[in-house]
Amino acid sequence: MSTTVTRRPSAPPVREEQPRVEEHRPQHTFGRILAVVAVWVVGWAVLRGHQTLSLPGAQLSDFQKWLNGVKNSFDAARETNPAFKIVGGISDGLNWVFLHLQYLFSTPAPGRPVPEVGWVGVLAILVFVAFALAGVRCAVLVLLGTLAFGFLGYWQESIDTLLITLLAVLICVVIGVPIGIWMARSKGARAAITPVLDGMQTMPSFAYLEPLALIFGIGTASAIVLTVIYAVPPLIRITEHGIRGVSEGAVEASRSLGCTSPQLLRKVQLPMARRTIVVGVNQCMMAALAMAIIAAFVSGPGLGVPVMQSLAALDIGGAAVSGGLIVVVAIMLDRTTTAASERAELLARAGRRHVQTRRIVLAVLAVVTVVAIYVSRLRLSAAQFPSSPALQRPVSTFISSVTDTVVNSIEKATTAFANVVSYGLINPLQSVLAASPWWLSALAILALAYVLGGWRPAVTALVCEAVLLGVGLWNDSMITLTSVLVATILVVIVSVVLGVWMGRRRRVDTILRPFLDALQTIPPFVYLVPALALFPPSRFTAIVAALAYGVPIATKLVADGIRGVSPTSVEAAEASGATAWQMIAKVQLPMARAAVVLATNQGLLYVLSMVVIGGLVGGGSLGYFVVAGFSQDQLFGKGLAAGIAITALGIMLDRIARHAAARHGRV
Amino acid sequence: MTQTRTYDDQNDGQKDGQKDGQRGGRNDGAPDGAGESALSVRDLWKIFGARADKVIGTPDADLPRKQLQAKTGCVAAVKDVSFDVRPGEVFVVMGLSGSGKSTLVRLLTRLIEPTAGTVTIGGEDVTKADAGRLRDLRRHHVAMVFQHFGLLPHRTVMDNVGFGLEVRGVAKGERRARAQEMVDLVGLAGNEGSFPDQLSGGMQQRVGLARALAVDPTLMMFDEPFSALDPLIRRDMQNEVIRLHHEVGKTMVFITHDLQEALKLGDRILIMRDGEIVQIGEPAEIVASPADDYVRDFVSDVPRSHVLTLRYVCRRPDGGDPGEGPALQADEVVRDAARQVLAAHGPVRVYDGEDFLGIVDDEDILRVVVAEEEAVGS
Amino acid sequence: MAQRNIRGAGGIRALWLVALTAIAGLVLAGCGGSNIKSTNTASGKSCGQFNIAVNPWVGYEADAYVVGTVAQQKLGCQVSYKNLKEEVSWQGFGSGDVDVVLENWGHPDLVKKYIKGNHTAEDAGPTGNIGVIGWYVPPWLAKAHPDILNWKNLNKYASKFKTSESGGKGQFLDGDPSFVTNDEALVKNLNLNFKVVYAGSETALIQAYRKAEKNHTWVIGYFYAPQWFLSEVPMKKVSLPKYTPGCDSNPAKIACDYPKYNLNKVVATRFAKSKSPAYTLVKNFHWTNDDQNLVAKYIAADHMNPADAAKKWIDANPDKVKAWLQGT
Ligand SMILES: Nc1ncnc2c1ncn2[C@@H]1O[C@H](COP(=O)(O)OP(=O)(O)OP(=O)(O)O)[C@@H](O)[C@H]1O
Ligand SMILES: [Mg+2]
Repeated sequence: MSTTVTRRPSAPPVREEQPRVEEHRPQHTFGRILAVVAVWVVGWAVLRGHQTLSLPGAQLSDFQKWLNGVKNSFDAARETNPAFKIVGGISDGLNWVFLHLQYLFSTPAPGRPVPEVGWVGVLAILVFVAFALAGVRCAVLVLLGTLAFGFLGYWQESIDTLLITLLAVLICVVIGVPIGIWMARSKGARAAITPVLDGMQTMPSFAYLEPLALIFGIGTASAIVLTVIYAVPPLIRITEHGIRGVSEGAVEASRSLGCTSPQLLRKVQLPMARRTIVVGVNQCMMAALAMAIIAAFVSGPGLGVPVMQSLAALDIGGAAVSGGLIVVVAIMLDRTTTAASERAELLARAGRRHVQTRRIVLAVLAVVTVVAIYVSRLRLSAAQFPSSPALQRPVSTFISSVTDTVVNSIEKATTAFANVVSYGLINPLQSVLAASPWWLSALAILALAYVLGGWRPAVTALVCEAVLLGVGLWNDSMITLTSVLVATILVVIVSVVLGVWMGRRRRVDTILRPFLDALQTIPPFVYLVPALALFPPSRFTAIVAALAYGVPIATKLVADGIRGVSPTSVEAAEASGATAWQMIAKVQLPMARAAVVLATNQGLLYVLSMVVIGGLVGGGSLGYFVVAGFSQDQLFGKGLAAGIAITALGIMLDRIARHAAARHGRV
Repeated sequence: MTQTRTYDDQNDGQKDGQKDGQRGGRNDGAPDGAGESALSVRDLWKIFGARADKVIGTPDADLPRKQLQAKTGCVAAVKDVSFDVRPGEVFVVMGLSGSGKSTLVRLLTRLIEPTAGTVTIGGEDVTKADAGRLRDLRRHHVAMVFQHFGLLPHRTVMDNVGFGLEVRGVAKGERRARAQEMVDLVGLAGNEGSFPDQLSGGMQQRVGLARALAVDPTLMMFDEPFSALDPLIRRDMQNEVIRLHHEVGKTMVFITHDLQEALKLGDRILIMRDGEIVQIGEPAEIVASPADDYVRDFVSDVPRSHVLTLRYVCRRPDGGDPGEGPALQADEVVRDAARQVLAAHGPVRVYDGEDFLGIVDDEDILRVVVAEEEAVGS
Repeated sequence: MAQRNIRGAGGIRALWLVALTAIAGLVLAGCGGSNIKSTNTASGKSCGQFNIAVNPWVGYEADAYVVGTVAQQKLGCQVSYKNLKEEVSWQGFGSGDVDVVLENWGHPDLVKKYIKGNHTAEDAGPTGNIGVIGWYVPPWLAKAHPDILNWKNLNKYASKFKTSESGGKGQFLDGDPSFVTNDEALVKNLNLNFKVVYAGSETALIQAYRKAEKNHTWVIGYFYAPQWFLSEVPMKKVSLPKYTPGCDSNPAKIACDYPKYNLNKVVATRFAKSKSPAYTLVKNFHWTNDDQNLVAKYIAADHMNPADAAKKWIDANPDKVKAWLQGT
């Protein structure tokens, strides 16, 4: 899937190759869509409620029962099967490494009341690293962020999150970069691995959390593996992209000088792709942080734990503070890697004298850091973060009360709005999709895929539909599909409105952008409570959560697209006396069409990734089953099946959207 | 004329015996005087596309490129090409865009694998070399200069120039000394520490040149090295190549689509169209007797008096060697000879060494000059 | 270009200055503080590592942190809290990741698999808490329409409970997916004109009830006691056909109320055999619904962190704690 990567404010989206364009007749497309929909609706009106393949929540299809059986035999094999021993060794190793990292930096080491390195030492190390890699500004940012860990009362959890993220990213680099290189150099590898990556990114983690914990044990090892599974695909994709993006000319010239393949890699491709690979590492870090909370479900250490605890107590402020610290960690890592990649080039080019100066500066700072570490090992005040000022309670109380006030004043309106959308849009649409006989919906979707994107996505859709039927979740998939479609439509509407506004007014952009960035990075779990305060538990609330996650990226893409419209065209339109409205409708939007298409595509992927979270707030269907499957032994098979169904839905929608975009997205 | 003219067909009356050994088997009859040829290409084919190897030997192989593509989906980029290059020669390959020049030059060191045929460099059959031999060849014997330079942006000028030596495993000190020498040679002294993107296009190509020279190759290949440069710099660089050729005396295969450049640099020129050879010859020969309309079109705006030599202007007198009057050598260019011929009373005798070739008179000279005026005027 | 990024000589001097000041400051600060003494946790007894599963509801957290804190303070155990859902917790008995689940709600499926099946777990007696699962309505509703507390009258009001999610019937909110409920079967077998709608999480459920009470909207759904939220909004239980032993043996045919649960502790067999003092503590641990509700209130309503809440209760109840420690 192109970029489920993300969560990162300003990264350039790394796009996959666009699919080959087939012949394209836009004027017919609209009519054909209408025709298909008309046939569908007529069929629905006649046959409604028959052969819908709906399956009550607690009931399992044969396939799902089979999955249960597989898991049980898996569980039983734990004692006997030697494969478990090997994997057990791996997880023991991971646990050991992390435990000792913790002893070093975050939890009391054996025989000490405090970690080996106290807070002052940790602070000094972080600031030093940030300075060395990324310069003074970043160092200041890291300093403030790290202090926030302590003053907001989550020192240990924050450091744990930082450690586990870094460890997971390190593993990702060790695994991902070679695989990326391999994919860049071998077509076969690429063809074989790409779908696996798609699956890793779209399959909801909850669906395989339980077997994962079974294999790697409860705790750190599982959390790391979980994080790696989700975070390594973007790194692999971007590495591959970077290596393949190295200029043909340089490669050919090097070959003409007699480079061996390893020489080519080491001396040409890797150095030239380095910046791109660093972007990959950055994306990998952001994806890893996105797992911080889910990792808490297998008792992974870090900030996920307080977020979940606050959630259980419906403590909005508490969740916001601990979730906000995840954002702080994200910002620290993001800015440092970004600045590091930009500076590396400059430093490499700086003259001898500058290199020497820099060495002296770093040496001095290193001495300071070492002293700080030393002191923090000796003195309690430098080892334990001071307990005052304790800002956690005041800050979280403040956030809670502000949220309460806001909720109280708009709750009636929002509830009414939820009802309007539910009755007016979701219910009718869901009825057509889910209450039609399954074969009718299946055929109609195939037809739409064909009309929109040609035969390739139609074939993909056929395969995906077969999967939906095979896992026994047709009806629920259609219900989820409804929510996903509605959410995507809303994402597009909102992001076009906001994006146009931002694109046309610098000031609006300056004000809105930080909010969008924050909304995109904050763990969705944090805003579930306020969302539930505003709306009843329902599919609509799930859609709202998806909106909160999907709108920022889509809006930014649209805004950038609008700003990218050539000034001469705007000037020309102005000169011919276009009104603001005409300008938007006739010049800016049409010319930014490619950006809007991309925004739609990305919005769709983001919405899909929220299906499971939606299940937690009343979204029902697939999302709920995934969560339930994780929680109830006998529903495991159903949960995994639902996870597979979500992946299938995702791949189907993504392919249709991509092919449709390739056909119609050109200006 | 649609049929491909091979080298031999037009080679009558040439001054050298290069034609020997052009056809049939390699090295039967070494080129005269010049010893072993530096590069020898026989029946070389490159067909792009799936099942490309199935085309050669079938009637399809004789189809024009477009039809072949329509029928099989394969593109014949280089079709049955044979030629030899003498040591120390500057051999120019030219043709319109898409005629297969770049493909051809890449086949020579197997940057692109040939579909069929043989390439012999310095007596070694490149097409049979294994990976190690091939790498050796590229490291020591052949170097290439590219249209888009192909420099490594993360390395300084110095490190770019020394790159060939580095991959060869030359020690750092020696490498730097040699690189410095090359940097000086191409006139980049003072820019050793710059990065490619800090240099102008012309300077970048000098780096490319220095990099190729650094490995001290016996054969240098240039793929349109100057077409990305603006005209003034291009002229500079051409002169640079001429100078270097004088100084280091390498054999060069030079690709261009610019006839002026070809005439200026080339000892001999190969003209390609749609992957096939149309004509091979010295500049003057090509201008004097274009093999077909394609070539004629090519050379139509060339100032003929600058290129044609007396060899191509002289005619047999009715009564053999008149035995008197001024005499000139056959490879004198018309422009240079014009003054003497016009100043002389009566025809001037033209000799190729000791052999009498014919006579030229004012009218012959004027015919060349006036035809040129007309061509330019029209 | 490059120059811009690198400080000039003046900058260097400034940096030295900053560095020296920092060193001086740190040294001073270091001297001012007290020295770190290495701790000696070995207090004679060998407790070692003690892994407590923490299931995701506040009442459980109360149990876990109270037991954990006692184990740490009084027995010198290395306590580690594992935040897990039930299913995964039980899975952890076998692998050694989990020693104890402190509040178990029946879970016959897990009992069958892990206690009777592979014998990785065993019962460690009741906690003293009585668990009540059932159908609840908000207090205002119970007051305005007292007859709603009898299931027989539910159909009368079904249309009032209609929402956009319930497809024309009354909405019955089911909760956290963790617990296996009988609600779909009950609705069907009691011929109620309701549809079970999955709120998806306990958070969603509580928020829905809170809003319903505040805005006097109609809602009915699954809930349980002891639960800290009941002290904020005392939800009223609807009576269903009385539970008789065995009336719930066939899941599809269930038409009776949930049983009362004597909440119990479950430990890893390996842990029980280890003779760890922590096991004795777990075995002895016993308290009342009120005790748990109090600690849960500290956590949920007063926003104390669980460890502090536990400490507060322990300090106030030395007798109970002492009883738990007998035999350790
Ligand atoms: N990798 C390839 N795959 C398929 N066809 C190719 C490939 N490389 C070249 N060709 C085709 O071979 C023919 C010759 O290309 P080539 O690049 O050798 O031409 P050229 O004479 O160098 O042109 P130019 O002057 O534009 O550089 C062209 O028709 C081109 O489309
Ligand atoms: Mg070319």
